[in-house]
Amino acid sequence: MTSTNTSFLKGQAHLTKRHRAETRFQMMGRFAIALSLAFLIFMVGSIFWQGKSALQTHQIALKLDLSAKNVDPADIRSARFDAIIKAALRETFPDATKRAEKRKLYGLVSTDAGFELRNQIEEDPSILGGTQIIWVSASDDVDIFSKGQIDRHVPESDRRLDDQQIGWIDNLAENGAIKSVFNTKFFTNGDSREPELAGILSALVGSALSLSVCFLLSFPIGILSAVYLEEFAPKNRWSDIIEININNLAAVPSIVFGLLGLSIFLSTFGLPRSSPLVGGMVLSLMTLPTIIIASRASLRAVPPSIREAALGMGASPVQATFHHVAPLALPGMFTGAIVGMARALGDTAPLLMIGMVAFIVDVPKSFLEPATALPVQIFLWADAPERAFLEKTSAAIIVLLLFLVLMNIAAIILRKKYELRF
Amino acid sequence: MTKTPIITARDVDVFYGQKQALDKINLEIPENKVTSLIGPSGCGKTTFLRCINRMNDLVDICRVEGEIKIADQDIYAANVDVVALRSQVGMVFQKPNPFPKSIFDNVAYGPRIHGLTSSKAEMEELVEWSLIKAGLWEEVKDRLQETGTGLSGGQQQRLCIARAIAVKPRVVLMDEPCSALDPIATAIIEELIDELRKNFTIIIVTHSMQQAARVSQRTAFFHMGNLVESGPTKTIFTSPKDERTQNYITGRIG
Ligand SMILES: Nc1ncnc2c1ncn2[C@@H]1O[C@H](COP(=O)(O)OP(=O)(O)OP(=O)(O)O)[C@@H](O)[C@H]1O
Ligand SMILES: [Mg+2]
Repeated sequence: MTSTNTSFLKGQAHLTKRHRAETRFQMMGRFAIALSLAFLIFMVGSIFWQGKSALQTHQIALKLDLSAKNVDPADIRSARFDAIIKAALRETFPDATKRAEKRKLYGLVSTDAGFELRNQIEEDPSILGGTQIIWVSASDDVDIFSKGQIDRHVPESDRRLDDQQIGWIDNLAENGAIKSVFNTKFFTNGDSREPELAGILSALVGSALSLSVCFLLSFPIGILSAVYLEEFAPKNRWSDIIEININNLAAVPSIVFGLLGLSIFLSTFGLPRSSPLVGGMVLSLMTLPTIIIASRASLRAVPPSIREAALGMGASPVQATFHHVAPLALPGMFTGAIVGMARALGDTAPLLMIGMVAFIVDVPKSFLEPATALPVQIFLWADAPERAFLEKTSAAIIVLLLFLVLMNIAAIILRKKYELRF
Repeated sequence: MTKTPIITARDVDVFYGQKQALDKINLEIPENKVTSLIGPSGCGKTTFLRCINRMNDLVDICRVEGEIKIADQDIYAANVDVVALRSQVGMVFQKPNPFPKSIFDNVAYGPRIHGLTSSKAEMEELVEWSLIKAGLWEEVKDRLQETGTGLSGGQQQRLCIARAIAVKPRVVLMDEPCSALDPIATAIIEELIDELRKNFTIIIVTHSMQQAARVSQRTAFFHMGNLVESGPTKTIFTSPKDERTQNYITGRIG
């Protein structure tokens, strides 16, 4: 009697085996999660590590002669600001005598330095009439050298700055004439051939315009198709064929939608090339199946008893759908839409096909102007030869990821807000 | 039967796909009386009930044959507006299914879509009337804006009853309305049924013989898709003609 009692409490051999199987399974699951987390952290970490330096840029202090001889206070724009800056550089480093040396010397500051100077003067004309210390942007080479990305120990012929230039930079640094500042240009400029001037604003605006077109087209069309197919369409062979085709469309590679857009929207309809309008239309082709599938799934998840309750009250099918069923499915529809849009935000291939791969300096102001998009901009920068574009690429990826995270948070908030429990 | 019946079913067959759920049902339901449908589980009571307001239209595989007339109109005729039919034939389902909206909106939904009230005050009055009739008012009068799905199972069922009578239909179909209720709430509902009978015709499915005996004037006994016997409740319970009825009400089958 006692022996049966203890074995009942301690568990028999087959129980121990079951417990072990359970532990084993849980361990495998934890290991899988740890592994994928490690990959994720490694990826995001390395991008952050490379991209964070793009948020800083360097400026050089120059002693500029802004007397009336150089700048006429009554007519600021007629002044030759580049010449003023060059003169200041020559004065600071008189050892640059030969033409080639002078050109190297002028290369220390950004090609944009003249504009910057003009803007500063226009903002605050009181600095005119004498010699002033003014900070202007350094060139990309000086910038990445100051960030430690050019190794001074490699042979002179293999680096972008020679010994003399490095000597000048060291000299400036010793005198406190180089400082690191937050890189606002990265967020306020469009693309540029000069890395220190290149920014993501035009790409960001291009993406925002395309995505809004995409949302305005695919969300209403998507949920209305889903509602019709799920709640009203007769279930027969035709609806089966439509369902299968929608599922297949969701799996079509996005470049195919790009080709479709190229031949229909551009060639047949003659809509403007490279425009966010066409970009958004192509992206909405791509997101439509996703939205329809997600919306149908969330409609199907609404308990049929709700439908019966409404219809039993004498609600018409449209009333039952729009008063009761669709509101309950809305969170799922939003989630589907945002997942689809997030995919569209990150997709490059279809945009390449319709010419949104252009070099866009100006921030697009309408849906019809040429524009590019964030992922395309990343693609372009990753392809650029200058060393300084490397950190821009990573920084742009960070911005893209940030927007993806924001969209996903929005999806979660919307779901939480509209979710109802039964 | 002295009065002409309000509902008449003639040779009603119902199929779910290949499976026949009801076989040649002939039943007359008198106006302003309570008719109870009894019978063992799966015998087709719910199926028959759902034929009367055409809820079976929603089941793709379901096919109804034969004729059902309400006030001399064939409800399966081609020109019948199902929406109008269902506003006249209300239903309380076997499982409580309140809308995931506030208690007030649950009850107000029917009157709202049918345009039964012309002012907010009138609506509030109607909601209160319905909730009092369903015996729920005292429990929820202070929390009408809370969601209906947050109520207990029995409260939800009474909310569904309030919702059904708020549109003042001619016929109320009740599918085991008291299966989730305690004896006190059951007594309230039975009292309600008795009172509603003055204005409405009621068909109630129940598994409780006592309840059938208490609330109904007529009873129909279903067995395996057949209508075995129907007649005044007293007759059915005291001197059933069919042996199956006898066995069922004395608790030997079912
Ligand atoms: N939607 C459906 N699809 C297929 N068969 C169904 C469906 N609904 C009911 N049936 C079948 O029809 C028969 C009658 O079902 P019904 O729901 O009418 O029984 P019931 O008398 O209401 O039973 P209960 O007392 O358990 O509620 C059962 O055999 C059931 O399996
Ligand atoms: Mg039933």
